[in-house]
Amino acid sequence: MPSLDPKLIRNFCIIAHIDHGKSTLADRMLQKTGVVDQRVMRDQYLDRMEIERERGITIKSQAVCLPWTSRGTRYTLNLIDTPGHVDFSYEVSRSLAACEGAVLLVDSAQGIEAQTLANLYLAMENDLDIIPVLNKIDLPAAQPDKYAEELAHLIGGSPDDCLRVSGKTGEGVEALLDAIVGRITPPGGDSSAPARALIFDSVYDTYRGVVTYVRVVDGHLAARQRIAMMSTKASHELLEIGVISPEPVATAGLGVGEVGYLITGVKDVRQSRVGDTVTGQDRPATIPLAGYRDPKPMVFSGLYPMDGSDYPALRDALDKLKLNDAALSYEPETSVALGFGFRCGFLGLLHLEIIRERLEREFGLDIISTAPNVVYTVTMEDGTEHNVTNPSEFPEGKVSAVREPIVRATILTPAEFTGAVMELCQQRRGVMLGMDYLSPDRLEMRYTLPLAEIVFDFFDQLKSKTRGYASLDYDPAGIQEADLVKVDILLQGEPVDAFSAIVHKEKAYSYGVMMVGRLRKLIPRQQFEVPIQAAIGSRVIARENVRALRKDVLAKCYGGDITRKRKLLEKQKEGKKRMKSIGRVEIPQEAFIAALVSEPDPKK
Amino acid sequence: MNTVPVARGDAGTGGTASGNEMVNAVPVARGDGGTGGTASGGRRFQIYIHVPYCYRRCGYCDFNTYVAPASQRNGFADLALRELELVADELDQRGERLGPTASVYFGGGTPSLLPAGDLGRMLRTVGRIFGLAAGAEVTTEANPDTVDAAYLALLADQGFTRISFGMQSAVPDVLRGLDRQHDPERVRQVVAAGRQTGLDGSVDLIYGTPGETLADWETSLRAALDLGVNHVSAYALTLEPHTPMARRIRRGELAPIDEDQQAEKYELADELLGGSGLNWYEISNWARAGHESQHNLGYWTGAQWWGIGPGAHSSIGSERFWNAKAPATWAAKVKSGELPLAGRDQPNAEGLELERVMLALRTVGGVALASLQPQAAQRVDALVADGLVQLADGRLSLTRRGRLLADTVTRHLTFI
Repeated sequence: MPSLDPKLIRNFCIIAHIDHGKSTLADRMLQKTGVVDQRVMRDQYLDRMEIERERGITIKSQAVCLPWTSRGTRYTLNLIDTPGHVDFSYEVSRSLAACEGAVLLVDSAQGIEAQTLANLYLAMENDLDIIPVLNKIDLPAAQPDKYAEELAHLIGGSPDDCLRVSGKTGEGVEALLDAIVGRITPPGGDSSAPARALIFDSVYDTYRGVVTYVRVVDGHLAARQRIAMMSTKASHELLEIGVISPEPVATAGLGVGEVGYLITGVKDVRQSRVGDTVTGQDRPATIPLAGYRDPKPMVFSGLYPMDGSDYPALRDALDKLKLNDAALSYEPETSVALGFGFRCGFLGLLHLEIIRERLEREFGLDIISTAPNVVYTVTMEDGTEHNVTNPSEFPEGKVSAVREPIVRATILTPAEFTGAVMELCQQRRGVMLGMDYLSPDRLEMRYTLPLAEIVFDFFDQLKSKTRGYASLDYDPAGIQEADLVKVDILLQGEPVDAFSAIVHKEKAYSYGVMMVGRLRKLIPRQQFEVPIQAAIGSRVIARENVRALRKDVLAKCYGGDITRKRKLLEKQKEGKKRMKSIGRVEIPQEAFIAALVSEPDPKK
Repeated sequence: MNTVPVARGDAGTGGTASGNEMVNAVPVARGDGGTGGTASGGRRFQIYIHVPYCYRRCGYCDFNTYVAPASQRNGFADLALRELELVADELDQRGERLGPTASVYFGGGTPSLLPAGDLGRMLRTVGRIFGLAAGAEVTTEANPDTVDAAYLALLADQGFTRISFGMQSAVPDVLRGLDRQHDPERVRQVVAAGRQTGLDGSVDLIYGTPGETLADWETSLRAALDLGVNHVSAYALTLEPHTPMARRIRRGELAPIDEDQQAEKYELADELLGGSGLNWYEISNWARAGHESQHNLGYWTGAQWWGIGPGAHSSIGSERFWNAKAPATWAAKVKSGELPLAGRDQPNAEGLELERVMLALRTVGGVALASLQPQAAQRVDALVADGLVQLADGRLSLTRRGRLLADTVTRHLTFI
């Protein structure tokens, strides 16, 4: 079966920071290549999910096939859209591995940001051809010359190599399409070898089941053929194969260098994992494509339904989301304070936030999420090891070592904030690895930081200390031993599981003081005094009291109006159903939630 | 505003605005209330008449009162008489009977802004329609500024037995804070005049006004005791959010109300009044034996009452209903020959039990242990252990600490 000549194919992605205009540029490319009719053009066509559209970011990558005629020759350009966030860096790496080139898109009013830089380095490591492009040249604040210098400094080459476009007006987009043809290497690969195709995305569709996005590296895949997943050895019949243009169009098959989708009828993205290699069942390849790894949750949080009766609905919703999200993990847990819920694992904070929002928006659930934490490895003196994903499950007894995950963080900041960033990183137990000037007034700083410090409000602090100018990227960098302790919060001597935290010994006191102070403000006065304590084991490190309520009576019922008073009590009676009891202390669920979600103490 | 019973048309319970059904048919006692009860087997019946006028609005007051010209005030009594007739017609049509009336209470507002003759006319009409029980208690509230010896004598002549003066405080700064104008000496004069005419006198006090010290409060309590009255009502200042005083607190112009200090003031009141022979019989009321306000007690112990006047509330059988709040609306309905009702509510069994406990607990008699639901009775021991209630003769009543936490106790005994 004749396939497209690889010489006429260009596979590329766009590396850009959130808001730097990637989706707008992609939309313009769809228009200029005639793939999408002006009439049906929606803004940001490729961002399909509602949340993506609202937040202006891309969560799941997609691929679209663009026909483009350059100097009389018709080419097929495959745009592989990459996720734009650090949480999804593995997915980014797989998307990059599916390309020969990358468009490095930078806002000409803002310059390059840390995530973009990290992805640029990743692209350079993958030997991709880089086309630097400055976007938003129509903006009055644009400084294309300045940032062209910066990009030339980063990539090598001359500032003149930098293209200038406006995704908004379409200016320069045709030149960019020509440059993609001219500057990006066509795909290589052996068309006669056994088939190998890289899965760079896998999406669950209610009607079609799992849609798998692939880039064929060697050989050929054809409709109705039996295929095998090299990591799981699972085999499926290829029900449909095709390209996205930008709606799916079935084809007879895909050959070397081509990008498209597969449908096998499987219902769970875990059966078709990003990074895995697809091969033919009859003539399988022996060596899978490099770089596959299992998605590993880095951040954990308890998700609880606000209304306890929604627990089954939450379970169903997580089951559904899991079909489309190989990185999401969860298992049931129970909290004294919050009832029945799930301990969920996420790739990072954004991933957590997105799942939360999808649960609320797509499934209509009201969700409480506990403060995010990382996974700790606790080694006991008797040599046993525990993986702790929920602080309240920190083992009792003699602990010999606690290990926590660390990350390599890259922070880009204007030079004037260097001191502030160093101070923040030091407070957060960071170890500096080095720093470099990107340009006379911009700095790249590299640190090793405990992931736990990053999930606790690091990004917000970084933004506020640098007036929003600094950007952050990080990558897992293993684990380290640290002096970590579990701090419990007790009400009238009873521990409240949802508030337990694992913190560095030096910060245990300030955490304890902050938490008991916060609870003292939130817990309503009871008819008796309620002591609130923070403790490490049996040692109390902070204490506050909620004074006993002295007066809870109406002076009078205003002459005949007993109805008002009764209705008030009836309302309280209704509200009592949402009260949680810790020992004899009754606490409105709202107070628990407020204590869990309040902003961390700004003094920190 | 003067003293205890002031109907609240807004009621927070909705009235017409929150979709409560408009009432045209009058709910009538069926004698099945089962709460309270009297020797004759029927329930005590009493009448409340709300006079919605004041010279001026006080900054703390959320009551249904209006500053109206004398011409409008002068028309009030005729409208109230008309309303009483409408009630009578309705009862006739249904072949139902309420009465005789065990007590009549004129509250406001400032009933003493009306000519004494007007109050007398209303009282006579109540007597004609419902009958007045022998020894019926007839009270009016009075502002010390609006009455004199002649006025009080006229009231006594027409059958009034009791007068409740709005004293509020004996400390000029505190009175000013309450927008009250009277001279503390004036209170002494009118209380003495009332006593001479044979009216049983009471004074109302308010504690917890922003800026009032504990010493100020003690001064007021001692001044009230010096008057030699047999009855004192002492109410903690409670502000509704939309009153001018509440707004001034929100703007930071006045200190916020300190409920802990109010609790301390309550304890001081109970100490001083009790020490002078005025014993508490309801959370905010103290009296010498035999001088308790029967009308006031009726509210807490299951009496039925019909409220006349704008915004007045009624409790008949298991029905609760209330009049239109705005005087103009009320007047228009009465003039058109329609009962001026604005809303009604009929609590279910659970609601009635909640109401019974929440009201009866406020009195010295408390509730009978045997009358409580089994789950509630199980919680009594813990309440006793916490020092909130005491048990005697099979009845459960509030301790002093428990009185300050009466709502907490009610919740424990009714949130099953």
